Amino acid sequence: MSQPESRKPVDTTARVKASLNKRYAAEKRFRLYGIVAIGASIGFLFLLLASIVSKGLPAFTQTFVKLDVALSTESLGLPETPSAQELRAANFSGLIKQTLRDRFPEVSSRGDKKALYSLISTGAEYELYDRVAAKPELLNSTLTLWVPADDELGSIIKSGADLTNPDSIVTRMNDKQIGWAKELQDAGDLDVRFNSTFFKNGDSREPELAGIRAALMGSAFTLLITFTLSFPIAVAAAIYLEEFAPQNRWTDIVEVNINNLAAVPSIVFGLLGLAVFINYFHMPRSAPVVGGIVLSLMTLPTIIISSRAALKAVPPSIREAARGLGASPLQVVTHHVLPLAMPGILTGTIIGLAQALGETAPLLMIGMVAFIVDIPQSVTDAATVLPVQVFLWADSPERAFLEKTSAAIMVLLVFLILMNALAVMLRKRFERRW
Amino acid sequence: MSTTALILITVGLGLASFAYGRSQAYRVAKTNGGIRGLHSLPSHYGMMVALWCALPALAVIISWKLIEPSLISSMLNETVPQAIMEAGEKTVELYKNEINNLVDSQVISSIQDPAKLATAERLANLRNTSSLALVVIALVIAIMGAALALRKITPTTRARQIVETIVQVFLISCASLAILTTLGIVMSVMFESIRFFQQVSIVEFVTGTQWSPQTAIRADQVGSSGAFGAVPLFLGTLLISFIAMLVAVPFGLMSAIYLAEYASRPVRNVCKPLLEILAGIPTVVYGFFAALTVGPALRNMGDWIDQMLGNFGMEFQLSVSSESALAAGVVMGVMIIPFVSSLSDDVITAVPQAMRDGSYGLGATRSETVRKVVIPAALPGIVGGILLAVSRAIGETMIVVMAAGLAANMTANPLESVTTVTVQIVTLLTGDQEFDSAKTLAAFALGLMLFFVTLCLNVIALQVVRRYREQYE
Repeated sequence: MSQPESRKPVDTTARVKASLNKRYAAEKRFRLYGIVAIGASIGFLFLLLASIVSKGLPAFTQTFVKLDVALSTESLGLPETPSAQELRAANFSGLIKQTLRDRFPEVSSRGDKKALYSLISTGAEYELYDRVAAKPELLNSTLTLWVPADDELGSIIKSGADLTNPDSIVTRMNDKQIGWAKELQDAGDLDVRFNSTFFKNGDSREPELAGIRAALMGSAFTLLITFTLSFPIAVAAAIYLEEFAPQNRWTDIVEVNINNLAAVPSIVFGLLGLAVFINYFHMPRSAPVVGGIVLSLMTLPTIIISSRAALKAVPPSIREAARGLGASPLQVVTHHVLPLAMPGILTGTIIGLAQALGETAPLLMIGMVAFIVDIPQSVTDAATVLPVQVFLWADSPERAFLEKTSAAIMVLLVFLILMNALAVMLRKRFERRW
Repeated sequence: MSTTALILITVGLGLASFAYGRSQAYRVAKTNGGIRGLHSLPSHYGMMVALWCALPALAVIISWKLIEPSLISSMLNETVPQAIMEAGEKTVELYKNEINNLVDSQVISSIQDPAKLATAERLANLRNTSSLALVVIALVIAIMGAALALRKITPTTRARQIVETIVQVFLISCASLAILTTLGIVMSVMFESIRFFQQVSIVEFVTGTQWSPQTAIRADQVGSSGAFGAVPLFLGTLLISFIAMLVAVPFGLMSAIYLAEYASRPVRNVCKPLLEILAGIPTVVYGFFAALTVGPALRNMGDWIDQMLGNFGMEFQLSVSSESALAAGVVMGVMIIPFVSSLSDDVITAVPQAMRDGSYGLGATRSETVRKVVIPAALPGIVGGILLAVSRAIGETMIVVMAAGLAANMTANPLESVTTVTVQIVTLLTGDQEFDSAKTLAAFALGLMLFFVTLCLNVIALQVVRRYREQYE
């Protein structure tokens, strides 16, 4: 019917030529989409890192206030040679307040005094006590002490705000407080120094006293447990599946199981930990040992899968040669295949551990969200880990915790980068092409 | 003696018996014409002795430690005061916990109440006896095992076979741990869910539209009957996952196509690791970023748009919530980009070069080849990868916990705040709650749903990807 028309000779070359510009434009557009997609992803990465670093850097410094404390036994309410117990009960907080009042004699009303005291961190009295307890000879002399400033004062000094113009500063501090701060600054009694507290202390309600030591130790203990459990088990499982397992139903089930476990949401492992280890076996809540067990169950599939890949990469000729020389199947593996596959296995293990180090959700389930002030000493002490500390701090309203959170994230990222760099190095250094 | 020390000692004994067993084997060999006279290598004999020494002892220690708490607890019953015994199981449990804590913190001498003191002393006694008995039994078993095995060091003992069988059993049990884990997950969420569904009907849970997981402290309290309709949670999860996929799929797929088909080698070598860094960043960091940077930024942008529209005389309110689904979804999408792109990259590079060459030969441009040949050929693999990504998005926890809300709204508006299954699991289980209340059990029911849905997605996705791989291999 319409056949004759389509048979009409057409100038194909002309049609193609006419469409060429359009096709080339489409080609360019498509290419551009790809560049945009990659650019956007990498741009987001840099945006994320830049935002964290810019927020977190101030946390590595801290503002200190110089106080000349007259340590008279009289004002502390102590006898001439106080015992350790009397010293502990002494009113150091009152002494600090007295020192501040002496520094600013014009302050008289109750409200103003309270405002004045709040310039100094509440940790000052403990620092003073520690100094005196370590060296009782200091009593009845004047001690020059640099104590941490309160977080509000600390952050405006660190931001380099102009104290002569109080209206330009966004802060919870009132104008009088800013005036005092100005006076301190002019006298050179304010100083910004490296914040060692951040690496020495546990968590605290006061941002200027809060640190990541407890969380770091918790992370270390948790990772230690994760490594000691998951590495041998994963290697053994991988060896069995790759070298010994017969082709049967059971092996199939195991393999499918491992692949599925690798994709199960991490929070489900937390539920498992809560129901089995905490509620059934009554293991201690918030303890790194339970966290480590849960995380090792979670990282096992990852390590098994990469270990299998490493074992598979060892050529069969090695096995055949060893067999030919009379080695038993187990000797073939332990003497030849395993050592050759070890760099690959270790790389996979480190990547799995890095994943465990950054994991938060399952640990929330087993109660590692506690407020931990003391540095954990063993795997059964209540502890928290670095990512959970980040989660806890991110919830705090104080502005100073925002920078602490970002700084903790920076520390976490540094550890992750180190671990991944180690993995890459191992791979580069020991990788063998057969 | 602490358990750790005991275990270390047992392991030490094992090592010592390895050394002794091996030297014993050498000695036996001397009278039998050298090592050739033995069935196995001396180290095999040593290994056999070590395993006989350490394994039974370790097994005893572990099973002892598992049984010990419940055994001691039941032996404590006779010293628990009558009044407390009659007050029901929970009171007894509380009482025992208190005593446990007292004994743990070693303040027995300061206990005033004579009844408590008696229980505490009994407990401390039982614990001492138990740990002492364990030490003795474990060490005796270790030494006896080693002695027995030492007697078996003869030229005809098949030491290698014995050792290798034990090692094989160990390997098999390690591999089977995966099945045990899956079973553990299924059982733990299943049992608690069954207890939950005894209190709340399953129909209400799956079809109800009200979610307010309160359980009454008093029966006559206002709003005492909590509502456990999980539909708003499912919808919230779907909404956020959908937004995430809207970001992740186009960006991830286009990145993969560009890297696989267009990028030069140096570009690929730089861009791929950078994308992998994106995948390595902990989710809590993404959550922090979503909650404190992206959320407020979107809110400000919404206010700005409102203002602009107001300037043009339009009364229109976007009213972006600072915990909007959009913020959580977009950041989650970015997190999943590298996941989608690396999976797609794998399947795209697996498409045989011959298919591309055929297409070029017919005069197609590169993009035409990609769109009409490569993508259709790789489609099953890509779909599998996307399904895996969806399961990832549904199970993602930290981003939504930090950036999405708690209010169970039923809405499809991405600017409002919604809550998800994972958010509710975390909120229900991190508060101070009695373990048996419907509130905490609800978390396990949600966990069951989550596990089931992600499991189905994973099984399908892995199947699809595997089929696809087989097609081209």
